Amino acid sequence: MIATLAEALAAFLILAGGFFALVGSYGLAKLPDLMTRLHGPTKATTLGVGGIVLASMIVAGLEGRLSLHELLIALFLFLTAPVSAFMLAKAHILRDARTAGSLPPTGTETGWATTHVPAGGAGKDRKRAAAGS
Amino acid sequence: MRSRLVPHPLLTLALTAVWLLLVNEASLGHLLLGLVLGLIVPLLTAAYWPGRPRVRRPIRWIEYGLVVLWDILVANVQVAYLVIFKRNDQLRPRFLTVPLELSSPEAITVLAGTITMTPGTVSADLSADGRALLVHALDTGDPQETARDIKQRYEARLKEIFR
Repeated sequence: MIATLAEALAAFLILAGGFFALVGSYGLAKLPDLMTRLHGPTKATTLGVGGIVLASMIVAGLEGRLSLHELLIALFLFLTAPVSAFMLAKAHILRDARTAGSLPPTGTETGWATTHVPAGGAGKDRKRAAAGS
Repeated sequence: MRSRLVPHPLLTLALTAVWLLLVNEASLGHLLLGLVLGLIVPLLTAAYWPGRPRVRRPIRWIEYGLVVLWDILVANVQVAYLVIFKRNDQLRPRFLTVPLELSSPEAITVLAGTITMTPGTVSADLSADGRALLVHALDTGDPQETARDIKQRYEARLKEIFR
């Protein structure tokens, strides 16, 4: 009885995970520009992979094996997805003048890091950063 | 003495746990091997750490983790709804500025990561002085309110964790 329930739960998780992964990919194709497209892969995919990873753990448990290394997949996804999204967004702001021009003000004394040119000139600042201070 | 041999006890524990998960096997041999790795890796890498963030209030961490997990669940459903049912020209994507009260780089990193993983928002840039975060929202009627939500829900909690 419990085994049947667990199997049903695993099946549901696989289906739900597949659905969200599909929606994420569809969003990537359908949304109009780069910034909105970033929303698809960073979110819908999380639950997609999450559901399938959980199902994998349940199925392994049904076969009598304790399997937890799936948790690492989820963990590393959580660590890497925001970083790659952040780098994509920064590259886009740097390359696309229209986007860079449409950003709201920072509300502080400096501009946004990607487009900000420090008062002493970019070269000096970069050298200081390379020196590690 | 203790700090020299075990510069970062939490990192040691985390590395051991990751090793056990990687081999996917709970045995004494792998526990010892994981512990050895957990002791050696921090010693070898200690010279490259920019700093050692203090982790306080483990309960708060767990609470924060659960809040974020729940929000990810909700975020997925919301974004799926937006993607499937809303026409592109009905979306109101917009950049917004979130002024930061957090100052430690680790705390800001966690906040930016959280924003990217949760409801309809992606963090896109940091101001050059590190005191404001640029966030892109997929569909927002009121940018100010979205920024306020982020500050109340995540930043306030992180402020208590990183102090």
